[in-house]
Amino acid sequence: MIATSIFGGLLIGLASVCLMLFQGRIAGISSIVYRAIFQLKFESWALTFVIGLVLGPLLVAALNGPAAPVFDLAWWQVALGGLLVGFGSRLGSGCTSGHGVCGISRGSARSVVATLTFMVTGVITVFIMGMVL
Amino acid sequence: MMIYLTALATGAMFGAGLVVSGMTDPANIQGFLDVAGAWRPHLALVMMAAIAVALPFFQWVLPRLSKPVYGASFLAPLSTAIDQRLLLGAAIFGIGWGVSGLCPGPAIAGIAYLEPQIFGFLAAMLIGMRLADRLPSPSAKA
Repeated sequence: MIATSIFGGLLIGLASVCLMLFQGRIAGISSIVYRAIFQLKFESWALTFVIGLVLGPLLVAALNGPAAPVFDLAWWQVALGGLLVGFGSRLGSGCTSGHGVCGISRGSARSVVATLTFMVTGVITVFIMGMVL
Repeated sequence: MMIYLTALATGAMFGAGLVVSGMTDPANIQGFLDVAGAWRPHLALVMMAAIAVALPFFQWVLPRLSKPVYGASFLAPLSTAIDQRLLLGAAIFGIGWGVSGLCPGPAIAGIAYLEPQIFGFLAAMLIGMRLADRLPSPSAKA
């Protein structure tokens, strides 16, 4: 699990480098998804990137055998989580990839603060859920 | 044409990285955030490995390049303000991330598994994005 975490992280880092090198854009998935769905005329490659994002896991499954992640969330977690992730990433101009990987790598103080903020509220949320549920 | 092919390949690389590292599994995200319980450190390793690749490029290679290979120009976020929008947005994002163990990248990559919960999450996420658009835009942006 340690080796696969590092290998997967290297791939994510390399993909972030490639998107800046080829397209000249930050690999922030929340913004790319937003553009692909609502503003495709501005960044026509965004939808292609999103399709690739789905093809990647299929490639891994083809090479490595299918090993689907386990989803055993309650539906309220799915609905509330999705709503807050969408709202928060749009309001805060980024998510784990844009702020957490690219922003920190760029040395952006904004992204460092954003990453620390969502980690802290995430930890508090999981802690409270552990006590209540 | 090449701008689309490279975007496709880059997306696939990103998606493969998410699956290989286990970040598409909500239990690994919630396990990382569960510092008081059975902590799973993998997300930290994934982020550090990704930054180990991206940081040298952004710091030392990018400043020497004049324009991207297929795009018109390098575009970095203009805002440097640590304002209410950033803090409130990140705080709300973190709550949703903790509640579900999902964020936009793994949710899109998860489409590959045709899991009903992923489609529910994505629908809610797009609604959330549109709701944020309804907020009055900050005067600084106008």
